[in-house]
Amino acid sequence: MVEPLALKDHTWESRIFLRRIVFGFGILVALTLFLVARFFYLQIVQHDVYATLSDKNRIQVQSLPPVRGLIYDRNGELLADNSPSFNLTITPERVKDMDATLAHLDKLLELDADDKASFSKRVKRRRRPYESVPVLFRLTPQEIAQFSVDRHFLPGVEVEARLVRSYPKGELMVHAVGSVRRINEADARRLDAVAYSGTDHMGKIGVEKFYEDDLLGRVGYQQVEIDARGSIMKVLESTLPIPGKDLVLHVDSNLQQAAVDALGDRRGTVVAIEPATGGILALVSKPGYDPNLFVTGIDHKTYASLRDSIDVPLFNRAVQGQYQPGSTIKPIVGLAGLVTGMTTTDYSIEDPGWFRLPNKERLYRDWNWRSSGAGGHGQVNLQKAIYRSCNVYFYELAVKLGIDRLDDYLALFGFGVNTALDLPEAKNGLLPSRKWKEESRGLPWYPGDTVNIGIGQGDMLVTPLQLATAVSVIANRGKWIAPRMLKSGSSLLAESDARQMDSLELIPDRVWDQIIEAMEKVVHRGNQVYGENGTAWAHIGQDISYRMAGKSGTAQVVDIKQGEEYDAELLTDRQRKHAWFVAFAPVEKPTIALAVLLENGGGGSEVAAPVARAIIDHHLLGGIVPGVAVAAAGNE
Amino acid sequence: MSHDFVRQLPGAGLRTQRKATLGDVVHLDLPMVFLLLAISAYGLLILYSAVGQQAGPVISQSVKLLLGIVAMVVAAQISPIVYRRLAPWIFVAGLGLLVMVFFFGLEVKGSRRWLRIPGVTNFQPSEIMKLVLPLILAWYFHDRHLPPKLRHVFWSLVIVAVPVMLIAMQPDLGTSLIIGASGLFVLLLAGIQWRLVFSAIGLGVISAPALWFVLRDYQRQRILTLLNPESDPLGAGWNIIQSKTAIGSGGLFGKGLFQGTQSHLDFLPESQTDFILAVLGEELGLAGIVVLLILYLLLVGRGVILAVQAQDTFGRLLCGSITFTFFVYVFVNIGMVSGILPVVGVPLPLVSFGGTSILTLFAGFGILMSIHTHRRITL
Repeated sequence: MVEPLALKDHTWESRIFLRRIVFGFGILVALTLFLVARFFYLQIVQHDVYATLSDKNRIQVQSLPPVRGLIYDRNGELLADNSPSFNLTITPERVKDMDATLAHLDKLLELDADDKASFSKRVKRRRRPYESVPVLFRLTPQEIAQFSVDRHFLPGVEVEARLVRSYPKGELMVHAVGSVRRINEADARRLDAVAYSGTDHMGKIGVEKFYEDDLLGRVGYQQVEIDARGSIMKVLESTLPIPGKDLVLHVDSNLQQAAVDALGDRRGTVVAIEPATGGILALVSKPGYDPNLFVTGIDHKTYASLRDSIDVPLFNRAVQGQYQPGSTIKPIVGLAGLVTGMTTTDYSIEDPGWFRLPNKERLYRDWNWRSSGAGGHGQVNLQKAIYRSCNVYFYELAVKLGIDRLDDYLALFGFGVNTALDLPEAKNGLLPSRKWKEESRGLPWYPGDTVNIGIGQGDMLVTPLQLATAVSVIANRGKWIAPRMLKSGSSLLAESDARQMDSLELIPDRVWDQIIEAMEKVVHRGNQVYGENGTAWAHIGQDISYRMAGKSGTAQVVDIKQGEEYDAELLTDRQRKHAWFVAFAPVEKPTIALAVLLENGGGGSEVAAPVARAIIDHHLLGGIVPGVAVAAAGNE
Repeated sequence: MSHDFVRQLPGAGLRTQRKATLGDVVHLDLPMVFLLLAISAYGLLILYSAVGQQAGPVISQSVKLLLGIVAMVVAAQISPIVYRRLAPWIFVAGLGLLVMVFFFGLEVKGSRRWLRIPGVTNFQPSEIMKLVLPLILAWYFHDRHLPPKLRHVFWSLVIVAVPVMLIAMQPDLGTSLIIGASGLFVLLLAGIQWRLVFSAIGLGVISAPALWFVLRDYQRQRILTLLNPESDPLGAGWNIIQSKTAIGSGGLFGKGLFQGTQSHLDFLPESQTDFILAVLGEELGLAGIVVLLILYLLLVGRGVILAVQAQDTFGRLLCGSITFTFFVYVFVNIGMVSGILPVVGVPLPLVSFGGTSILTLFAGFGILMSIHTHRRITL
């Protein structure tokens, strides 16, 4: 078949093209005329307006930095405020001779080398024309007076009042609230220059960091007319800044104070959580530091002493500190045993004070093991294993469960992941598993590793926050509430990296009953024969007026060699065990769950339990001295 | 080629009988060369003022202009037949470069637009596309019946869409729109039915609100800033406010060359590159602007004449599209500087400092001259 040959009709095609291109050119001419009209409008019609604007650059746009949102505790007490601070600033464009000006200021106010160096750095940074650059911060009234005398010799130099962050509670709240720091050059490159124009600080730690966008507010501006010396003659137009949002936190500064008092001058940390909401009632890490030091620039010596201190005050132990949980996880291991049927409430063992894996030499000791062979807990069932904190029972149970199931159950309580919604520094801890050991050490998992995990030793690491969270899950009988600082509405909660957790709905009530009852006995079981009282009873349980469930724990700092006894006398201060105590109360309807850790404190029950008791007393009894409360209860 | 056929060419009788001019011999169009040099010289003068009367940048710009002129002369010597034969390969190579940008491009401010040739230079493959896309479409329609059939329109739209998408993904919305326009000009000149054009425009108007959600935050911000620059006077609005102030304060004859206050006191940002027109507006006033616009319009007009005189479909479409695309650059930049279009990073052709665009601009005009001077002049 022959297709009909279609010839191109060139005449017609070129005619269409001619029409089109002439049409197109017509549009281009029209557009050009439109541009001419636009320039006619700008340059002839509106000439006076723009000539005025441009005239001697009288008109300036100045930014009006927003007021940073305030932070309150649950009682309405102010935790983070803004207070005025007077800075000396220079507008380089208005200074004729910068060297002379700086020399004059030096004579007047004694600038030191640091001030001069950081000023010359700031001047070189990108900024809008006629934006002032700070030289000195926090001028005293005397300095302001001295400057005022010579002011007319120093065109371009001014005293500017700015609001800066202040923390009325100082050191008390530093690790709970976090703090703002000066914006440095690296930050400036990353930040939205407009949003931060006129703002010198940003939240860099804790709540201040997590809610930075909300706290910051929106920058405003004003168009001002100024005279040749730079003074504002009149404000032509302005848009007021929108202040940052105020935050209310769950934290209770009275309880925080009680926790700090209870710790005294010992190193340690407390995290207390309201189980119903996950709200963090207290978050203490001692020693701390005064965040106000950092706001307007800390001198190098003070900073170095904070940074290099052996007590690491800048380190937030409550969320960044990772410790062995020790015996505090025994209730969870017991729970796993009951749910999986690896143990029952009636099953008991005879504890000789040590445990040995089949066909292995190594002895795993109980805490009351004696080289003489006199140690051990005798006949031990699950409840006793918890209230006496018997290691051997849990060695055996852990081996029966196996590491995989043990991991599964520990993971249900949030170990090994971060579940805190708004604590940006929170660490994950470490939940060891076969996979982890293979990847990190290239070694297979040994049965001995499982034995250690059964009593919270070995490689397992938790943060105090994680432990307090796990305890509040027990207090809630399995209901997961993610820990959080923010109380004022969840709409402010920014996107968080925190792992979402599910509630533990499949665990039967009788299991919770057993575990919680055993934890109650830790505190309340007393007046028994030797070796039958709860481990904490002697220290906190004798005069208690409410029901508390608790568990002690110790975390080893140095390994104790096979066959040797732990002897605190032989160890230096920093090698002694960390003391843990976790608790919640009242048992019937818990309103507080907490984890207390004293670094190198020693035994959990004698050292950490009284701290936990004092904090819970304050929470439940309103800071009444325990003895008085007991007397009142006795009168009823 | 039969004699009858040739006679069908418009004005064929006249053209076949003219003599070869000097321009034909060196393959340059002298009026166009004159206009290009005039604009470049005018641009150097403005640049000299914008950089604060320093010789350095002016010399560097002159070198780039000279390189551009060399590129133009070389491009003009190559016969249009060569361009047509190589068109598909050039297009494939151009797409390949765009894909390479996607994988190996330098990331600057969150977008990948540049390719690095180690030790030599960095360049934007999207720049080349503004010549390559008209080239491939002119090639595509060259053998086909015009006005194009619906399926040819469809395939040509596909050809346009691929590079436009690649450039939009860099992301470089401004350039991708201009490249897209350069392709659509070919379709328009090829005689695509008006009803198609109008339905496309209608569709565009309807879907514009949806486009809003596709745009990135900074792109939306630019549009919002255009509508109300005072809403963000410290940030994006600053450029527009200062640019309008510079232009407006210039008045009819300006503050005088080198006398601009806005630019010389650093109020005007990008005063040597994208916003250089504001310097002209401030210092030479409306008169200076109109002179530049007239020069641009004459250049475009000459391009249109060359397109009309081209002898085949390929030449006509290519000339027309390159010429119109040049105007789009001019219009977008001037519209942006005078506050009627959003701020997109488009330099003012032949005037803005730097810009790898100088090379492709001149090469484009070289192609125009090639088409014009390689016409058959005798039978």
